[in-house]
Amino acid sequence: MKTIAKRIYIALIILFLYAPIGILIVLSFNKSKTRAKWGGFTFQWYVELFQNEEILQALFNTLLIAVASSLIATIIGTVACIAMTGMKRRAKSILMGVTNIPMLNADIVTGISLMLLYISLGIKFGMGTILLSHITFNIPYVILSVMPRMKQLNVSTYEAALDLGSSPLHAFFKVVFPDLLPGILSGFLMAFTMSLDDFIITHFTKGVGVDTLSTKIYTEIKKGIKPEMYALSSLIFVAVLTLLVLINLSPTDKKKSS
Amino acid sequence: MMKKHQNYPVRRIVASLALTLLLPATLCGCGSDRGVNGQVIVYNWGEYIDPETLRMFEEETGIKVIYDEFETNESMYPKVESGAVAYDIACPSDYMISRMIENGMLSEINYDNIPNAKKNIGAQYYEQAAGFDPENKYAIPYCWGTVGILYNQTMVEEPITRWEQLWDEKYADNILMQDSVRDAFMVAEKLNGDSMNTLDAGELEDAKNLLIKQKPLVQAYVVDQVRDKMIGGEAAIGVIYSGEAIYTQKENPDLVYVIPEEGTNVWIDSWVILKNAPNKENAEKFIDFMCREDIALMNFDYITYSTPNVAARELIEDETIKNSEIAFPDLSQYDNLETYIYLGEDGDYLYNELWKEVKAY
Repeated sequence: MKTIAKRIYIALIILFLYAPIGILIVLSFNKSKTRAKWGGFTFQWYVELFQNEEILQALFNTLLIAVASSLIATIIGTVACIAMTGMKRRAKSILMGVTNIPMLNADIVTGISLMLLYISLGIKFGMGTILLSHITFNIPYVILSVMPRMKQLNVSTYEAALDLGSSPLHAFFKVVFPDLLPGILSGFLMAFTMSLDDFIITHFTKGVGVDTLSTKIYTEIKKGIKPEMYALSSLIFVAVLTLLVLINLSPTDKKKSS
Repeated sequence: MMKKHQNYPVRRIVASLALTLLLPATLCGCGSDRGVNGQVIVYNWGEYIDPETLRMFEEETGIKVIYDEFETNESMYPKVESGAVAYDIACPSDYMISRMIENGMLSEINYDNIPNAKKNIGAQYYEQAAGFDPENKYAIPYCWGTVGILYNQTMVEEPITRWEQLWDEKYADNILMQDSVRDAFMVAEKLNGDSMNTLDAGELEDAKNLLIKQKPLVQAYVVDQVRDKMIGGEAAIGVIYSGEAIYTQKENPDLVYVIPEEGTNVWIDSWVILKNAPNKENAEKFIDFMCREDIALMNFDYITYSTPNVAARELIEDETIKNSEIAFPDLSQYDNLETYIYLGEDGDYLYNELWKEVKAY
């Protein structure tokens, strides 16, 4: 009885989580533009998607900003973690507090304050400002996921490497970096998804004519969201799903091989 | 295991290489935005222009169009006001234009440089636009429409012709109202025979009470779901913008659109040139280009909202659309059509408070 209840509960959760995405995917194959009517099966929206320069440009911008901002944020965040471990307790906790604020802060506050900052500094709005903003809000996520790894780190191994004649840089890459890597990777992925998802901060810091997918979709509100967007969202969902499956498969493979 | 770790520095080098390549590309991406004859920065509604016309404009004039989109008048206003970007042209709606005029944000139009505007745009639309832009000094109509009732013939007992019928208990739970202050109050105010721009406390109180009375009959207060719900037959009667009517009828032939007898709102989205426009001359050329009949026709086909461009309407090949009462109602037949104007901050506050009372009742 209990297991049946459990299964129903799980089934309900999965239903509520995935039904909207399921509907989106079904609609992306709907010949009719309205969600209220099934007009027959078609690949038309997928074809039109790849002919729509505006959407493809927005997709390109989104990916470019996500990759660049998460890479840069990962490097800065990791370096910050290394520096923080060398700090005194007090300074460290103050710094940790400061990096946590942007994460707890509402996006809209971050977005508007960044916009005001750029205006007062006279920076021209464009890809550059979006990138800077995304790096800014990504750094805390990297720090958050690298820091626990850092704490688990055994300093003695690094010292041993130095004693055995390794240069500090060499010792870092040989000894410390491999231990941090899982944290760095998860930080990178987290930053990547945060950047991919972001609407509000991008909305306030984007320049003219530069759109990411989220801002592009939002501007379509007046006339109704076009089915091409359903197609694109379905593709992204499938891509993310495949990526997740691959990631979840690989650690077990590693364990088997070692 | 050891062998694997040796790869990481290599990865880092690749990563930093990729970065050094990416950075200049992204940071300087905005440097080369000028055509041979300069640029023009346009701020328009999303999906509110045929992208092909922008390409044609660039080709013909050598002016590069930097095109940006907004989703509501309310989100457009602060962006323009903040001055983060110096836009040349925007395309707000009536009441927002009157607000921008009031706050000195617009620059007067020099019609000599925009010959197509006087030649192709119908006089009746300028007349209507005078409601928010007296003397037509600032705005050139681009798209327009009415707000009316869309009903499903198979679900009503008699033809719907009046706002009053939205209060008919027969249609309880079958009515869709617009979830926006001005559109909701407009219905009640017009039904009472008042102006939709009224600030009279008594008239507003009457309108509020009327909306509260209607509330139990309303299935939902919605915005753009009216379209899909009506197509799907989920409701019998809905308040909708005329621009959506033709499309919904194509999807569901049972639907009929009417302009209620009590009168309604005529909305007009118009081109305006901003006061601090850095490329005023190019802006004039752009608007002139958009008023050209063949370009206006392309945009009409793309947007499907009524065009005030009389010359473009003449070019429409499909006779049923060309003579459609929905797309092109004869404004002179009605004497109770109005256009929203800006009510001032206090007026907006008053309306919002009353609307809250209705929604919370």
